[in-house]
Amino acid sequence: MKLAATLAALAAALALQTTLTTYVRETATLDFVLIVVVYLSLTSGPVTGVVTGSVAGLIQDALSSGVMGIGALAKTLVGFAAGRVGTQFIVTAPLPRFVVFIGATVLHAAVFMGLYVLLGLREFSAPYADVAGQAVGNAVVGVVGFQVLEWLPVFLARRRMGRPLRR
Amino acid sequence: MALADIKQHPGIVLGVAVVLHVVIISTQVNTATGIPLLRALTFGAFAELQRLVTGGVTGVQDTWNGYVALRGVNDENAALRQQLQDLQIKLQEERALAQRTEDLRQLLELRERAELETTAAEIIAGAASPEFRTVTIDKGTSDRLQTDMAVLSPSGVVGRVILPSIRAAKVQLLIDRNAAAGAVVERSRAQGVVVGVGTAELRMDYVPGTADVKAGDLVVTSGIDGIYPKGFVIGTIDRVERGPGTYHEIRVRPAVDFSRLEEVLVVLTPAAGRAAGEAKDQP
Repeated sequence: MKLAATLAALAAALALQTTLTTYVRETATLDFVLIVVVYLSLTSGPVTGVVTGSVAGLIQDALSSGVMGIGALAKTLVGFAAGRVGTQFIVTAPLPRFVVFIGATVLHAAVFMGLYVLLGLREFSAPYADVAGQAVGNAVVGVVGFQVLEWLPVFLARRRMGRPLRR
Repeated sequence: MALADIKQHPGIVLGVAVVLHVVIISTQVNTATGIPLLRALTFGAFAELQRLVTGGVTGVQDTWNGYVALRGVNDENAALRQQLQDLQIKLQEERALAQRTEDLRQLLELRERAELETTAAEIIAGAASPEFRTVTIDKGTSDRLQTDMAVLSPSGVVGRVILPSIRAAKVQLLIDRNAAAGAVVERSRAQGVVVGVGTAELRMDYVPGTADVKAGDLVVTSGIDGIYPKGFVIGTIDRVERGPGTYHEIRVRPAVDFSRLEEVLVVLTPAAGRAAGEAKDQP
């Protein structure tokens, strides 16, 4: 059940990445797959983070034009790191989550771009502004997504019981 | 080792995953023998998923646009847009033809311009990763698409086919960091190479500092790369700065709005065929 939910979340993120960015240009810099990997890592631990990061990264690499494995390696490391943070620290408030998403995006960019530069495959001239923009965007979407996913079951349960959300 | 035990050792899982990815990366970086099978299979499978998703979205969008919201106006708009696209393509062809004619006139020769065979394709998905500028189109090898075929739009050059599967193909946009095209400044005929920088603009490299170029000049394909046909619009020079070496530093604003692409034309005539057509006309 959990595996199916994980796969469904990754498929939804990929579908969102390849579809929404075509229609809404402002979302072009967001990495929905990375957001899902960080979310699953924080909620399920480093092993889930490594596995989902690997699988999601490989699929994303296959659908992109770069070297297969580089994005996957970056997302694997991010999944592990976020999973570790999730098990070692209490990351339940929006601010710590925001920081984790920011850190995850920066780590992903550093590994991804670093490997490309190291292998002499690509140039990235002054990518700091782009990475910063993507980090903030991913963090905002990630934190809002987290809040919605936590709030939704409570809201539905209260509605079923006929109680208002707040007394 | 049981699943529960594995969960207690995330470091081992990470190590295995990292080794696996390093092996995958190594096999690709060390060998340059075409498209990896794993990539082709994964892309082919997910292209179908993308087609389904886009089909669903397009269906809802079409229903809304065509039947719910301003049905009559939308139909009229679609017709006018189609007419405008046809005219823009005609203009592109005429521009290319005019430039070609001018060249031929200068050479005092009479040659026929090779006709380009094209096929229209719809964009069914955007890039799967924000670091790359690619799109997926709904035509593939079953429609005779091959790697390195040029992709155009009514506004200008879009990119090239980099990974065709049976019913879909991945197109590398000209703004991708790995993309490049042979280019020439239409007014002064200064030659260079237009490269993508991963943002919305392009850079034109290898234009000598002595060449006559200025902001506003139109940049078109030179055809020397063997991918893009000659004379098609790439964009307009946005700014020219003196580079640190002997070359200009030129920024080009693409003619194509890559964020608004919906339909494109793929040039089916291979570069070899175009070259042969031109060679045949040689005296």
